[in-house]
Amino acid sequence: MRVKVLSRNPDDYVRETKLDLQRVPRNYDPALHPFEVAREYTRALNATKLERVFAKPFLSSLDGHRDGVNCMAKHPKSLSTVLSGACDGEVKIWNLTRRQCIRTIQAHEGFVRGMCARFCGTSFFTVGDDKTVKQWKMESPEYGEEEEPIHTILGKTVYTGIDHHWKEPVFATCGHQVDIWDEQRTSPKCSLTWGFDSISSVKFNPIETYLLGSCASDRNIVLYDMRKSTPLKKVILNMRTNTLCWNPMEAFIFTAANEDYNLYTFDMRFLESPVMVHMDHVSAVLDVDYSPTGKEFVSASFDKSIRIFPVDKGHSREVYHTKRMQHVITVKWTSDNKYILCGSDEMNIRLWKANASEKLGVLAPREKAAMNYNQKLKEKFQFHPQIRRIAQHRHLPKSIYCQIKEQRIMREARRRKYVFLFIPSHPNPILSYPCSATVAAVYGSGRAPLSI
Amino acid sequence: MLWAVVAPPAPCPANLRRPRRARAVPESPGTPSEAGTVVSVPRSLPGPPRSPPVLPPRRRTRCHATRTSQERALRQGARARRDTRWRFAAVPACGAMAEEEDLAAAAAGSGSESEEGEDGERRHRQLLEAISALSGRKRRKLAERSEASGQVSEFNVTCKGAGEKLVLSELLQPIHPKSTLGSVRKELARVKRKAAVELPLSKEEAKRVVREAAYVTTSKDVGKWQQVVLQNRRAEQLVFPLRQDIATVTPLERATSAWKARTPLEQEIFGLLHKTQQPITDPLLTAEEMASVQAMSLEEARHRRAELQKARAVQSYYEAKARRAKRIKSKKYHRMLKKSRRRQALKEFEQLHKSDPAAALARLEELEQLRMQERMSLKHQSKGKWARSRAIMAKYDLEARKAMQEQLARNKELMQKVRVEPPEEEPCELPEGDTPALPVPTGASAANPWMLGKPNGPATEPEAQEGPRDDTVPDAVENKDEMEEEELSEEEALLQDFEQKRRERTGILQGHSEEHGADETEPGAEQPRDSPVPPACSEELGDSPVPSVCAEELVSAGLELPPQAQEQLLLSEQLHHVQTMEDMENLAKEEFVEEQEKLVAPRAGKQAQQQEAGRAGDRHTKKTTTKRKMISLEAVLDGKPQEMDCPSLPVVLEEEEGGMEQRGMITEAFAGDDVVADFRREKRKAEEAAKPRPVNLVLPGWGEWGGTGLKPSTRKIKRFLIKPPPAPPRKDRHLPHVILSEKRNIHAAAHQVSELPFPFEQHQQFEQSMRTPVGSTWNTQRAFQKLTAPRVITRTGHIIQPISAEDVPDTAPGSGARLGGEAMPGRKAVLRGKAVPKGKAVPKGKAVEGKAAGGKAQPQHRRAR
Repeated sequence: MRVKVLSRNPDDYVRETKLDLQRVPRNYDPALHPFEVAREYTRALNATKLERVFAKPFLSSLDGHRDGVNCMAKHPKSLSTVLSGACDGEVKIWNLTRRQCIRTIQAHEGFVRGMCARFCGTSFFTVGDDKTVKQWKMESPEYGEEEEPIHTILGKTVYTGIDHHWKEPVFATCGHQVDIWDEQRTSPKCSLTWGFDSISSVKFNPIETYLLGSCASDRNIVLYDMRKSTPLKKVILNMRTNTLCWNPMEAFIFTAANEDYNLYTFDMRFLESPVMVHMDHVSAVLDVDYSPTGKEFVSASFDKSIRIFPVDKGHSREVYHTKRMQHVITVKWTSDNKYILCGSDEMNIRLWKANASEKLGVLAPREKAAMNYNQKLKEKFQFHPQIRRIAQHRHLPKSIYCQIKEQRIMREARRRKYVFLFIPSHPNPILSYPCSATVAAVYGSGRAPLSI
Repeated sequence: MLWAVVAPPAPCPANLRRPRRARAVPESPGTPSEAGTVVSVPRSLPGPPRSPPVLPPRRRTRCHATRTSQERALRQGARARRDTRWRFAAVPACGAMAEEEDLAAAAAGSGSESEEGEDGERRHRQLLEAISALSGRKRRKLAERSEASGQVSEFNVTCKGAGEKLVLSELLQPIHPKSTLGSVRKELARVKRKAAVELPLSKEEAKRVVREAAYVTTSKDVGKWQQVVLQNRRAEQLVFPLRQDIATVTPLERATSAWKARTPLEQEIFGLLHKTQQPITDPLLTAEEMASVQAMSLEEARHRRAELQKARAVQSYYEAKARRAKRIKSKKYHRMLKKSRRRQALKEFEQLHKSDPAAALARLEELEQLRMQERMSLKHQSKGKWARSRAIMAKYDLEARKAMQEQLARNKELMQKVRVEPPEEEPCELPEGDTPALPVPTGASAANPWMLGKPNGPATEPEAQEGPRDDTVPDAVENKDEMEEEELSEEEALLQDFEQKRRERTGILQGHSEEHGADETEPGAEQPRDSPVPPACSEELGDSPVPSVCAEELVSAGLELPPQAQEQLLLSEQLHHVQTMEDMENLAKEEFVEEQEKLVAPRAGKQAQQQEAGRAGDRHTKKTTTKRKMISLEAVLDGKPQEMDCPSLPVVLEEEEGGMEQRGMITEAFAGDDVVADFRREKRKAEEAAKPRPVNLVLPGWGEWGGTGLKPSTRKIKRFLIKPPPAPPRKDRHLPHVILSEKRNIHAAAHQVSELPFPFEQHQQFEQSMRTPVGSTWNTQRAFQKLTAPRVITRTGHIIQPISAEDVPDTAPGSGARLGGEAMPGRKAVLRGKAVPKGKAVPKGKAVEGKAAGGKAQPQHRRAR
């Protein structure tokens, strides 16, 4: 005999918590729920407004340095630890959860030019104006021990930057040339030169770890291969590049922070022209760091602001500034993709949220669902003028605002002149205006003429 | 010297493809290199960077000039090559006389073997001519032929190919047949075979070459990520960190193993801890605890624990059961329980009687005592305060009535005499009416209803009052009723009184049946039954009849309708009338309303309203007719100037010769369609559509009867049919040939997307994307989750490492097969096109590497030295 039994899934009628409303079976007949576009539009509008209302990105300021913060480094194994070096040669290690300095070292005389942590997180390296490379323990010294570096290497010239290999006990410094060092030795494993200019920064590729990129003050970016101990190719730009950063998810993509207020994203296989030019800053871009997801990067500029750019967009999606923040010299995106740290001239390190309106802390599942829904709605209705107007509105200090306007005028004038001079009969002069990013990508060392 | 290599522009025979030298053409540094043309940069100059393939426009003119010179050089080269071809054709035929042959060929313009016979004559003639020339006034010195020359014309002018350098093989040709010169030839061949050692490249250049090769291989290496990168960029959702490893928690002991007390404070604390023998490594148990644990054997402990567990389980089970039983509200259940308890008690008593008569007697005594107490106190009678209040309430409240009945039952029960006499004596007790209903359910008596006690259970009475069992009542019972009536206790009398009163209230009209029903109730048909009817049932029976009777009454007694119903009925009729014929009904309605509402309704208002409605209807019809007339008039009026208003067409036609004819033709051709009238119609339609429409807010059935065949009153229609204010005059009212649409809403336009946003290619796509809702209001939970899934998911507090080969899902670690499998060709193509500049010098040795790396990326032109 067959017994027919009604069976129901408890998920359909059991509520999540006692305080919830009873769950009721829904009827999804569209006739019963009219005006879906209008309703969703309203929701999107509200979500956008709320996003703007809750956009409070600034979390805290870590003060304690006695001079401008010149460089920072992330701890590879601990999210709560960050290292910073100042212009007076002081290195501080911070605990981000407590927002406290947990250790201070007088590392160098003069600037701390660069610092990097070893891939295992047990020690870190600093270079300074005193022509030394020092290796330090990450842990604070035990009771009775003195604060001393593990190793000190005395070089012949000033080192301006340092970066550690991602997997091997090898690090690279830059100054007059790019030196690659074995941790165990006091002389470089090999020195890579191409031209005789001072090199301001060197970075290892995080994915293809034998690759290095450096930027020199003779306006070029040079790529090196550590295995063959040879430079590969160089790109000459219009102006000097201050730093570059490799994309941690895309092996051949890197972004260069340039003096001409722009950032250039290059594909290292096709260096003839940049993949994307990111412009919004109104002064020299001093530092750039990728988000660990490789979808965005943050840039620090001399114009006292930091901006967040999507990798595939030419303009920034966010700009952070405060009244007290001066020229931002260094910036880092934390490894959990949540926060941004920037060190500036006025001796502070600031902690920002990477997503300005994000709610911190654990979210309930329903809260999360609502957040996702709002996000989707914002995405869906992003082209609607009212929503776009709200979503895009940002406050800027007057100086930046005025400079942006001024530069818009200048750019327009330059374009008009170009069109007037060279392509009088072009049907669409705006499109014909060339991107004046790359001057040349060369193997040779010859100087190329300036492009327009 | 500057040399350039000429590569053949067109495919030519294999034997001709060898390096030829042509005079170099001075080349500007900005010359674009073209495939297969002369391109080689002067060696001595430092290599300038290659100019981009597309030149900036400023350089174009200059470039043009250089190109012409270059073309000239090309043409020259081609001519030279043609000459060599001729020569090659001739040489094998002539053998030793090659020079003369060439000479002759050059003079004739084409060398041919057929003319071999006439060669002597010709040469002779030439000689003569030369001699005559010598003798003439143009005495020119013949060029001395000191060495073998390719072409020397008889006019002492060097031929086109004269500039070419001699090739060793050409010199050797004549030697070929002669065996004596074989050794020389061999030696020469050997010399020729020996490749000259190339000059080492300059340091700068060597570095450049190395760089280039390294760059090619490296970018190829990196290119293997292409596919992964594209996949990640396109991915709907990315979850970071890519490698989800489970965090392991290191035990505290291991974490602290390396730790040592160093500071004085730490050492002090450590010392204290050690002094008290606190466990450090295994923090679970102290020494004493360990000792106590060891004191009790494991087996014993287990046994004890099991016992305890069992006891606890049993206890909890009983507790739960008791709680459950306590919570049961069913009266039936409780009654049953009580009965079973009673039965149990009885049984026990019986047993006691058998086993221990003395104890049984004592028990009996006890019961007797109880009875006495009851009789003395009369606790359970209707004299108490509570009972009185109940008695008052019983009039209205069924519950109270029931409670009273219960109390009476209890009273009776307590007052019963407990008897231990044999059952034979029971019948004699019957007339007394004191027989116990409950404690005597013995087998014999249960079967016989007459054997039981007095059948006047008050609980049964109300049910039976209006029950449908009237007919089943035996006649014999009635007599008995009369007999027993006096025996009713006063409580029962009271109750019955209530009942009667109630019945009087409810059923006044059923005068005759009243007493009868009252009588019928007394002999409960259920008497023989042992158990009383459950209260729920009694409730049903008690309550339901009243409203039903009322309804019946209302229906049946048509004469005495309440005034409300009458009014409604009339109204409905009226409405019905309206439905059929309008004018007539209107009038009729008016009269009817006049008649009807003389007393009650505000007659005049309604009348006025209806009249108005009628008038409105009239007006409406009139309006339509007038409107129609107007329109037709307009059409007529517009129709006339129609030909006059647009005279452009006819005028032009008239100017022509056959104007009339053409006009006729056109009218013939477009005989069917009247464009102007069509337009007019269209415009009228647009005007109509743009007119504001009245809003109908009439809700049928509100404040009046509704239903099929009913129509809301005109008053209501008038009130709730909201007429909008007239629209502002149309902008095109003075433009007969123009329709200006005024549909566009400027206020709405501010909220709308004005142009198609980027990723969309068609309006429909965008609209579709807008139209599909995402929210959970319109989608099922799962669809909602899927639709709103975020692009990037990160886990809080997790470090996201850069991607590595192990993270790529399809790749086995180390194999790298998936990484960039298909990415190669595309990348290669790009490399060929872009990365390796053409015309860059790559020496032979390095070129091999280039070939291996980049396929055809190897430059085609090599420098000859």
